[in-house]
Amino acid sequence: MKAIIRMLASFLRLFYQSVYLALAQIWANKTRSVLTTIGIVIGVASVTAVIAALTGLKAKVLTQVESFGTNTIFIFPTQPDKGPKRHASWWTIRFLPEHFDDILEHCPSVERFCRVAGVGQYTAHYRERSAENVEVTGIEPAFHDIQNRPVALGRTFSVIDNMQVRPVCLIDPKLRDELRLDRDCIGHSIRIGHHAFRIVGVIERQPELLGESGQDRYEVFIPFKTTFKMGKPWIMAFAASKSTEVTEDAQAEISFFLRRTRNIKPGEPDTFRVESVKRFLDTFNSIALMVTLVAGGIVGISLLVGGVGIMNIMLVSVSERTREIGLRKAVGAKKSAILTQFLIEAVVLCLIGGLVGVGIGQCLTMIISGINPVLDMVRIPAWAILLSFSFSGSVGIFFGMFPAIKAARLDPIEALRHE
Amino acid sequence: MEKAEKLIIRLHNVARIYKVGVERIHALDGIDLELSENEYVAVMGASGSGKSTLMNMLGCLDRATSGRYELDGQDTTKMSDAALANVRNERIGFVFQSFELLGQLSALKNVEMPLIYSRNGWWSRRRRAKNVLERVGLGDRIKHKPNQLSGGEKQRVAIARALVCNPSILLADEPTGNLDSKTSESILELFDQLYREGQTIIIVTHEEHVARHAKRIIQMRDGRIYSDLPRDQAPANKASMQNDVQEEPE
Ligand SMILES: Nc1ncnc2c1ncn2[C@@H]1O[C@H](COP(=O)(O)OP(=O)(O)O)[C@@H](O)[C@H]1O
Ligand SMILES: [Mg+2]
Repeated sequence: MKAIIRMLASFLRLFYQSVYLALAQIWANKTRSVLTTIGIVIGVASVTAVIAALTGLKAKVLTQVESFGTNTIFIFPTQPDKGPKRHASWWTIRFLPEHFDDILEHCPSVERFCRVAGVGQYTAHYRERSAENVEVTGIEPAFHDIQNRPVALGRTFSVIDNMQVRPVCLIDPKLRDELRLDRDCIGHSIRIGHHAFRIVGVIERQPELLGESGQDRYEVFIPFKTTFKMGKPWIMAFAASKSTEVTEDAQAEISFFLRRTRNIKPGEPDTFRVESVKRFLDTFNSIALMVTLVAGGIVGISLLVGGVGIMNIMLVSVSERTREIGLRKAVGAKKSAILTQFLIEAVVLCLIGGLVGVGIGQCLTMIISGINPVLDMVRIPAWAILLSFSFSGSVGIFFGMFPAIKAARLDPIEALRHE
Repeated sequence: MEKAEKLIIRLHNVARIYKVGVERIHALDGIDLELSENEYVAVMGASGSGKSTLMNMLGCLDRATSGRYELDGQDTTKMSDAALANVRNERIGFVFQSFELLGQLSALKNVEMPLIYSRNGWWSRRRRAKNVLERVGLGDRIKHKPNQLSGGEKQRVAIARALVCNPSILLADEPTGNLDSKTSESILELFDQLYREGQTIIIVTHEEHVARHAKRIIQMRDGRIYSDLPRDQAPANKASMQNDVQEEPE
């Protein structure tokens, strides 16, 4: 027991004296130390900045996706990759309203469903005011739930609005303000293109999408059937699965159902796509992983270069200080004391490099998040800082070991004779 | 000189053989030597006679090829490297011809250095270093770096460093070799003072006037001791006189 305590005490003393000597040495060679650690600094700064940017972006995308709802499914026509329909015109592969008749009965994993009809952009007028770039879209009531865009004021469309093709509309608050309508604008009539519409409600604005800010875009929603009065609508559909777990089932059911209603023969490719937010997320994640790996590789190389720099400078230091090592041994320094002194010197150098690197990485991160509001969630996660330190520490141990062993093995008499 | 009480050093038939290629160099060739507490010994001899090799042996920097070396009653021949490091730290004080001070450190830090490696001197190192610097007459120079000190002052710092762990024995290999004769004299006076205070000292020199400070003079030739006498009986060494490098200022 006593022996263990004595061993522990001597170990602590060894450690403490080595740190003390290492810091003194680094301080005595300030310029050289700074130059030596640059490789480590750059490596750590870039790794923390890249990790911060990626995790920030991911958090942003996740909140964005959550606002959509993670079980949302998008259904839209596309040309297939192969087969005779590969070059079919968009118009021949468009969706027709009847393609989706009774879809809920045939797709048990689908909770909600709505068709959406885009009729393009118009200019909206109210008295003397007008607003351009007004996107007019025909919707069905399930739209509000699936897209998480409730009606803030007024009411949603009723079945009768749709059946009777009523000229009613929901507008977004930005358009209301642009047209200088009252806050409670329900019952007022606005003109869109050549058609007059009565406002029945105000719909919440879509949350700002990635990078999509600044330019003014307005939205007006009308009953699905009403769009056919305005022109030839482009039809898409949204669905929500019963839960995230069955999203893939729901996608398969919808695909199967649509192949039948669109008369696609077995063996022929789909002329539409059924995508889920989850798919987008997976794609994003795999891209993020790729970037992380590439960045990791670059950082690894720069840490390697930094480590070789450390080893080089430590070897120079050992040979410059040969007489000093001889003297230290002559006055009673053990091999272990010399070894830890040089090893800790290398590790401390690397850790200082890591510290400065994290600091610079933090500055870079702040600059990044200041530049673009999309990246406002960019932050260095704690694990990245820990990783940086343990990495630079390991680099110090790995590349400092050889010079330290060399120093510890010096023969004191010969070392003292060294020029 | 009073009757010797406690035996510090006992060498029995110690040899040190260097192998250079196929050649075997007998740097020490059957040395027998006994040294008691508070002795003041000068080791003399021509260059290459094995003085430094003997000092390295006594200082536990080197191991004997054969023979037996007892320090303070302990056989050092079979000690581990780590144990020898402790012996050097606690029982031996080395003074070198070229001082061997660390240039970036102040006099105080240089003197503290052995205590960094000591088992019990760590916490009191500053106070002890200060005390010993005062003892060698440098109480007002503790903040100075080596390049701000004269040669004699540097050697005083080195002596303070050798003394800071209270060694059983102080080993000085040509301590005045790099100093002019006036400074040499003051360093030798410091050795005399340390001797009077009870320090055991072995000093290597090839200069007669340096050796005259010691109480016992050992003459070496070809790795052997050929004369070991009290100062008053020792003959003036003609061989070493010839090799004497006189550094008298004009
Ligand atoms: N490391 C070594 N390798 C080979 N021979 C050595 C070594 N060190 C000393 N010698 C030889 O041992 C002899 C004694 O050397 P040394 O003790 O330095 O003499 P001194 O100090 O009396 O001038 C010399 O002949 C020298 O050449
Ligand atoms: Mg010599």
